[in-house]
Amino acid sequence: MSGRASGISDPGGIRLSGWGNYPKISTELLAPQSPAAARDDLLGRSGVVARGAGRAYGDAAIGTQATISSRGLNRMRRFDAATAQLTIEAGVTIADILAAFEPRGFFLKVVPGTKLVTVGGAIAADVHGKNHHRDGGFGTIVDSFRLALPGGEIVCCSRSENVALFAATLGGMGLTGMILDATLRLLPIETAWLRQDTRVAGNLDAAIDQLESNASSTYSVAWIDCLARGAALGRSLVYLAEHATRRDIDRLGPDLAPFPNPRTQRLSVPELFPAWLLNRASMRMFNELYFRRGAAHQGEPRLVHWNPYFFPLDAIADWNRIYGRRGFVQYQCVIPLERARRVLADILDRVSRRGDASFLAVLKQLGDGGGPMSFPLRGYTLTMDFPVSDTLFAFLDQLDALVVDAGGRLYLAKDARQSRATFESGYPGLAALRDIRQQTGATTRLASHLSARLGI
Amino acid sequence: MTGTKSILVIGGSSDIGHATALRYAKEGWRVTLAARDLAAAQRNADDIRTRSGVDTTVQSLDVLQTGQLAGFVAGLSVLPDTVVCVVGELGDQLRAQTDPELATTIIRTNFEAPSLLLEQFAQAFAARGSGTIVGVSSVAGDRGRASNYYYGAAKAGFTQFLSGLRNRLALAGKVRVVTVKPGFVRTKMTAHMKLPAPLTVQPDRVAEDIYRADVTRPRDVIYVARRFWLVMAIICALPETIFKRMRI
Ligand SMILES: Cc1cc2nc3c(=O)[nH]c(=O)nc-3n(C[C@H](O)[C@H](O)[C@H](O)COP(=O)(O)OP(=O)(O)OC[C@H]3O[C@@H](n4cnc5c(N)ncnc54)[C@H](O)[C@@H]3O)c2cc1C
Repeated sequence: MSGRASGISDPGGIRLSGWGNYPKISTELLAPQSPAAARDDLLGRSGVVARGAGRAYGDAAIGTQATISSRGLNRMRRFDAATAQLTIEAGVTIADILAAFEPRGFFLKVVPGTKLVTVGGAIAADVHGKNHHRDGGFGTIVDSFRLALPGGEIVCCSRSENVALFAATLGGMGLTGMILDATLRLLPIETAWLRQDTRVAGNLDAAIDQLESNASSTYSVAWIDCLARGAALGRSLVYLAEHATRRDIDRLGPDLAPFPNPRTQRLSVPELFPAWLLNRASMRMFNELYFRRGAAHQGEPRLVHWNPYFFPLDAIADWNRIYGRRGFVQYQCVIPLERARRVLADILDRVSRRGDASFLAVLKQLGDGGGPMSFPLRGYTLTMDFPVSDTLFAFLDQLDALVVDAGGRLYLAKDARQSRATFESGYPGLAALRDIRQQTGATTRLASHLSARLGI
Repeated sequence: MTGTKSILVIGGSSDIGHATALRYAKEGWRVTLAARDLAAAQRNADDIRTRSGVDTTVQSLDVLQTGQLAGFVAGLSVLPDTVVCVVGELGDQLRAQTDPELATTIIRTNFEAPSLLLEQFAQAFAARGSGTIVGVSSVAGDRGRASNYYYGAAKAGFTQFLSGLRNRLALAGKVRVVTVKPGFVRTKMTAHMKLPAPLTVQPDRVAEDIYRADVTRPRDVIYVARRFWLVMAIICALPETIFKRMRI
């Protein structure tokens, strides 16, 4: 019996892409079923990189020769309720952790915008959440991890052991070794709810003012209407939130259970979602509705469950397919604080005039970075999706020039196309990563299409 | 957790065994995993304990040492409420055709050893007056195929054994026997194979179906991935003269 296989490698290899479906590249795919087997797969290969859930958008998780999936490394090891320390293998997802521990009153202090990422991927990209400005990145909740080096050695890294390797692996995009397992600290929570405040900002300046004056909020993020122009350029809904306490529930939603049973409704985007639905008229309509609804909630704090609050897109499986066969790229830059207002306004202006960006862009405040290669720096980060087209990359090069000029950088977990020069000017920590790669013999052995493209 | 029910999984280092034990653990059942590869079973046990908070233990057992099976069952500190046997090995059919030793191992692993072991449980459960025996067989036992007939023949034997055992125990009443026929399951055993996506399930789907057939909606024989029932009905209905010319 033969037929379509999902994610299984032919002798000739398999075509892989990141979440943006661009680029699609052939690679050999290995699927070890234990940490020991993963280390054996790594041993003696070159042009290899680890892959988690494939939620990085571009080419970071595709090895130039071979790709080692961590999905078989999906076992939890132990949990100590007294210290809230959890040890798990690298292929365990944030969704797995929340499913097991949210009912017991624990959460993760740092989560990205999707829970369908692995712990290994979250460490390798040092992912940031809506609280980065206050609490830092994923690395801050990691106590230690075990890393398999290309020579087959397994080393334990923490803030006291192999310190430089620990730091360079945070944001190191899998280029220091393969993370086998990790010990994290969970966050005790009183309820599964968030207390959310919505603010309407008429333009970009107002949005940044809001984020600035609410910097003490645990979670904050602004959703920008990319289609608004002129005086309304950058009009946004700013969402502020805190984990709700039992008292918040008594006050705002006395009928709510503190930890309601998860409902599992999942819609799925059909394989060939008509790309023509993504036209300017439909987008404009959507944004108008979205902002009116948001404005209606202004001023009244609301209780929102963590699932739609943190992971709104996870409700629609495979939503990345709406961009069609050519795929899309996500553009995420960060601009240092002092230059942010002017440069982001310039970027938004160009994007809105071009008119093919996603319905909504996300604006977030970031704090200082974790490792030398971590994306965050003190400033503002803007994120937008663009469908791949013949004119797109030349346009994004123009945006890159603005970012470079402002001393900003692009997020490697989203990148599929930046130039070496853009990359090198944005990441002064690169030298530290290169040193480590030299020392551990990773230089040519660990290579993704991202690292080959950018000369890491 | 005293007073809760308990499950013993034979083949506790396997993916299906792991998923099944985890499914029961989530309902608070205490878990014991028995396996030859103790380290792999321990990895699964740690996972189950961490995810569910439920007590999980491991036991060493090599089912091919058939002389020790009676002792194993008699020596259990708790006789489980449910025993699930997922022992099995696909084996390399081509090699088995020229290597009688391998052919013997395939037959023994998929038929002889699980049958002899479950017979012991049948007797212990009958003596106690309760229990469920779940045998994981395979749709490969429904019809002999060129590509895996040692495996298929052994699974056919196991399926018939379970059927006979069920009939014997039905007269006594309280002991149930469930036959599970998964089709294609994405596991370590099939990691290298191309499987038809519409008919392929994940181990946790098998686990869910086993749990239902045992606890929430008792059934005797279940096909996991229900459409496989239809596929097999058609395959079994094909006349041998036609079937032997098809490459399936
Ligand atoms: C809808 C959506 C929303 C997102 N929101 C955010 C957000 O808010 N903040 C944010 O920071 N990111 C965000 N991201 C990006 C995502 O968090 C990162 O790309 C993350 O790295 C993906 O993890 P993964 O398990 O899918 O890893 P993959 O995409 O498979 O791999 C990503 C990188 O991690 C490396 N890697 C994976 N596993 C290992 C391992 N075991 N050992 C060593 N290296 C490894 C890979 O080599 C690769 O370089 C979002 C992505 C999506 C799709």
